[in-house]
Amino acid sequence: MSFVKLTASAIAIAAVSASAASARDQVQVAGSSTVLPYASIVAEAFGENFDFPTPVVESGGSSAGLKRFCQGVGEEQTDIANASRKIRDKEIAACAENGVTDIIEVRIGYDGIVFASQLDGPAYTTFTPSDIFNALAPKVVVDGALVDNPYKQWSDFNADLPAEDILAFIPGTKHGTREVFEEKVIAAGCEATGAMEAMIAGGMSEDDAEDACLAVASDGRAVDIDGDYTETLASIDANSNGIGVFGLAFYENNTDKLKVATMSGVEPTTETIASGEYPVSRPLYFYVKKAHIGVIPGLKEFAEFFVSDEIAGPDGPLAEYGLVSDPELAATQAAVAAEDVMQ
Amino acid sequence: MSDAMNNPANSLLVQDARTAKRNAAEKRFRFFGIAAIATGLVFLVILLTAIFSNGTGAFQQTFLTVPVHLDETKLDKAGNRDIEDIKKVSTFGYNPLIQQAVFDMVQAQGIETPFTKRGDMKALISASAAAQLRDEVIANPDLIGQTIEFRVLATSRVDGYLKGRVTRESVERDKNIDAEHFDLVDGLRDAGIVKKSFNWDFITGADASESRPEQAGMGVAMVGSFFMMLVVLLCALPIGVAASIYLEEFAPQNRWTDLIEVNISNLAAVPSIVFGILGLAVFIQFAHLPQSAPLVGGLVLTLMTLPTIIISTRASLKAVPPSIRDAALGVGASKMQSVFHHVLPLAMPGILTGTIIGLAQALGETAPLLLIGMVGYIASDMPDGFLGGFLDPNSAMPAQIYEWAKRADPAYYERAWGGIIILLMFLMTMNIIAVILRRRFERRW
Repeated sequence: MSFVKLTASAIAIAAVSASAASARDQVQVAGSSTVLPYASIVAEAFGENFDFPTPVVESGGSSAGLKRFCQGVGEEQTDIANASRKIRDKEIAACAENGVTDIIEVRIGYDGIVFASQLDGPAYTTFTPSDIFNALAPKVVVDGALVDNPYKQWSDFNADLPAEDILAFIPGTKHGTREVFEEKVIAAGCEATGAMEAMIAGGMSEDDAEDACLAVASDGRAVDIDGDYTETLASIDANSNGIGVFGLAFYENNTDKLKVATMSGVEPTTETIASGEYPVSRPLYFYVKKAHIGVIPGLKEFAEFFVSDEIAGPDGPLAEYGLVSDPELAATQAAVAAEDVMQ
Repeated sequence: MSDAMNNPANSLLVQDARTAKRNAAEKRFRFFGIAAIATGLVFLVILLTAIFSNGTGAFQQTFLTVPVHLDETKLDKAGNRDIEDIKKVSTFGYNPLIQQAVFDMVQAQGIETPFTKRGDMKALISASAAAQLRDEVIANPDLIGQTIEFRVLATSRVDGYLKGRVTRESVERDKNIDAEHFDLVDGLRDAGIVKKSFNWDFITGADASESRPEQAGMGVAMVGSFFMMLVVLLCALPIGVAASIYLEEFAPQNRWTDLIEVNISNLAAVPSIVFGILGLAVFIQFAHLPQSAPLVGGLVLTLMTLPTIIISTRASLKAVPPSIRDAALGVGASKMQSVFHHVLPLAMPGILTGTIIGLAQALGETAPLLLIGMVGYIASDMPDGFLGGFLDPNSAMPAQIYEWAKRADPAYYERAWGGIIILLMFLMTMNIIAVILRRRFERRW
């Protein structure tokens, strides 16, 4: 009966393929969707210039990538985790629990976080952290007292801003970008407007006040975007009064649709971010499992290639795409070459 | 009595109030039906127009034909044509050569331009050109020292300009290209050096990184989808058919079979992402099958397709009249002989139709693939041989479309729509095959 034969051979093929599922020869990378474009550019150039296969780069977010990274050592585990924030102590502990102890931390450069709105929309051209805090925080300071946020329009608290309803599309909590947004913008605004002082004066401990400062109103004025920047862009397209939070590289690829706002008077460019003038930026990292070096072919070469001058330097393809190159790149290169692990 | 006869209300030729009302109701219903179909058609037309107007651009691509001098002093410093030495020159060493070649060509054509450096030509040529040159030189080191005509890709911005997607106004604040570059492109187009032509690489090529959307293609993802469908076919068809034959022909009717039946129907309604989570836990974390492999993707989609195949197989087995079975049994065939010699062949067209429709469904599925690592920059190399097709990391067509749709460069958006066109073609072909099979072979009693 040919049908039975077919079935048997199908099962046999499946079994053979499953048992042959060893000896991985390409580097596997997973993690932050902010780092993904850079990692894919490097992976492509790596595949072209070396005799190793092109590394595989998956997206999924910094936290998901680090979680998978920490699942253990072995061929079926990822070699590199991309992250748009530093690895947390909790994650290092989780890693250690699964036998992932020697981790090489590599900083590839910096990424700016920008506020942008529709090109032809209202004139959102200049913000300060206080403006963003006043617009989005659940409790703000009015006449020296901490009250529920009464503002409906931007012009309610800053006459220089347009008289438009407040609407902001901010990264969801699974994004590494959210953390930077909260720390560098919302918390800064909280301090600058005196809300933090008012909270402490109201009987909160300093730590509690710091946490309370990071809160974002949940009454619809701030919309969490859990997807990628393309989703934020679509939301901005549909709401002329909306502002969105983007990475600098994404903005630079979509200058025909978006206009960017200055933050505290500084325009976001690779130069102002590199010099530290533009306040909202964060370092981008990738983490390498040292135990995999020498086991997975090309892993160390890939890590070294990633931070080499011709790739991550100021004139390299990463900088062209929007990465702010790291002034301390030489130190990073040396650390990768020496396989320095995190302490 | 005659009054009643003459009363027009009782005439068969004249409608009474109730009949008029019933007829009106029917008319209304017919109208609603037509309106429903028309609405559906309008949406279909809108959808197809959107897909084709956005996506056809992806099938055209802009190329430049440039004579490049392969400078020996740059590419083979030792001059001994040793392949290992030649390989040491990375793609970054080839970029200046191409830029110089374009710059020289612009000068030779006498096109007026404010650009005075070869570096300014970077905005015109795709980053893939250097890799293309390097591959050709490594394949044939004798080319070094000669001047060879190369057909290289233009950048996505230049391509977009020729397609009308990018305009001089829209690049005003773009730091990668200036409006003056487009004046140059106009000149080169008039000279026949910059040309649009059909983009085979979009159909056969591999995925590209975010910095060069002009190079990205669906080919590798298509191969990934093909191997996944192969796994689905080889696993789901035998399992599904065997299960349905047993349930339909042999199993006793009791509580257990009822329970199984209900659960198969339930399984058909389970959201596909659940199968993805299951696949991650069972196939990757427990069975240690490789990440991102079409084998795992195929197994996950098998779970998803099984209920569809079982339900359609059982329906077509049921449709075979009992008299066929009775006749076979009557002349002394065993139960199994009657099923395999008579019932199954008659039910085959229905089974195949159900299988093809199940496959088409699986082909378009993205959600479970998100969790088993098939979304990202993955479909970058063609798999190695037949076994590699199952095990090498790969993506699938819908996952590739999803990935393109979320990339920053608007050129990728166009490619996502183009990918949808390719996927639709496949789905349509499969559905047409299913319809033809049903038309030609299905028997009715």
